[in-house]
Amino acid sequence: MVVEVLDYRIDRRSGVATYLQIVQQTEHALRLGLLRPGDRLPTAKEVVAATAVNPNTVLKAYRELERRGLVAPRPGLGTFVLRSLAHQEAAADSPLRAELADWASRARSAGLGRDDVEALVASVVDEEYQARPQGGAQAQEGNQ
Amino acid sequence: MNALYPDGSAEGGPTAVEVSGLGRRYHRGWALKNCSFRIPAGRICALVGPNGAGKTTLMSLVAQLLAPTEGSVRVFGHPLGDLAVRGRIGFVAQDKPLYPGFTVAETLRLGRELNRSWDQAKAESVVAQGKVPLTARIGTLSGGQRTRVSMALALGAMPDLLILDEPMSDLDPLARHQLMGLLMSEAAERGITVLMSSHVIAELEDSCDYLVLLSEGGVLLAGDIEEILAAHQLLVGDDGAEAPAPDRVVELNRTGRQITALVRTDGRAPAGWEVNHPTLEEVLLAHLRSGAVPALLTAEARPADRTVAA
Repeated sequence: MVVEVLDYRIDRRSGVATYLQIVQQTEHALRLGLLRPGDRLPTAKEVVAATAVNPNTVLKAYRELERRGLVAPRPGLGTFVLRSLAHQEAAADSPLRAELADWASRARSAGLGRDDVEALVASVVDEEYQARPQGGAQAQEGNQ
Repeated sequence: MNALYPDGSAEGGPTAVEVSGLGRRYHRGWALKNCSFRIPAGRICALVGPNGAGKTTLMSLVAQLLAPTEGSVRVFGHPLGDLAVRGRIGFVAQDKPLYPGFTVAETLRLGRELNRSWDQAKAESVVAQGKVPLTARIGTLSGGQRTRVSMALALGAMPDLLILDEPMSDLDPLARHQLMGLLMSEAAERGITVLMSSHVIAELEDSCDYLVLLSEGGVLLAGDIEEILAAHQLLVGDDGAEAPAPDRVVELNRTGRQITALVRTDGRAPAGWEVNHPTLEEVLLAHLRSGAVPALLTAEARPADRTVAA
């Protein structure tokens, strides 16, 4: 299946290397289930035509995804997704999400603004994942 | 993915451009002096430098539109004047010379008649993307539209080396992005080598993977952009910090007690300094401001000839 949803957005000012932005955005799509095993990633030509980044940068990103065991090239056909990063627990109808939605609604009725809630969540997440590092590679990545 | 060229020269794959001891003198003096560097095939090379640095002269020499006063240029292993290589070079000049009385369609037909290889569909798609009507006369087009027709002519001829002098200067942001995307997809598809000059460093950073920095007619930096960046450090410290070797310092600034220095790395962390990674813009500007450090050519940017003085 050819995926049309994957639109890489390159942010020059982010300080994150361009190839890494492509890696992270692909992983993000895998986490959200926008990309699934068997899907074909856009070709290097398609990506560079849309983003104007150097083709070697795209190939480097795809090699990195391959090294992480997420995709595999099939000669002459393209690069295909091998496995998903989506957690069932994070899906739209999961109990964890329902609990969080419930909590967010209580926080709002308690008078917290959006910024307050985001700051609170960020600090709890920081505490939790720093105290007990686990699944290291994935947790660290966002902050590079 | 990259096209293979028959000459198979030098380390790091085949060579697209090799320039050795190259110089060109005009009436008012040397525009270019003692230039030596190499561009491997398949790279997208930015040619950067202030006004009057010799960029246009260098590009005209590589495009074989101008004869050197001294030194040599080789393109895909062929020396200057070799007709075999003429058809493999595309050149878009800064002033985009086209016949004003021709229509766009007639201009493309000229390209088809004059070039040994020609991709009409490609040329038409470049023009169509910019919504330039085929029936319009060149004289009635805007600067940006003429750039597009020039690019259509250049890409239609299917060159292996495409030389672009300030290609984006009169384009709006959307057209810039489209044309860069087009160039990059040509590079992905056919493995063409591109040499393009520009003042806007930010616009080159994502698209180019190779760099030649010219200043006052000489080469200051040449090579893979990531390698060039990795060869420099931005040090922040004070008088207590260990002084870096003078020949490694590109630029040193003192503000009150704080010292900021852009230096060439020697593979270790100098004592007492906070070490940062400089951006491409910081490296280029520091070199242009100081101009006192020896030229830096990465391994793959050194020409094979022994007549090099760097």
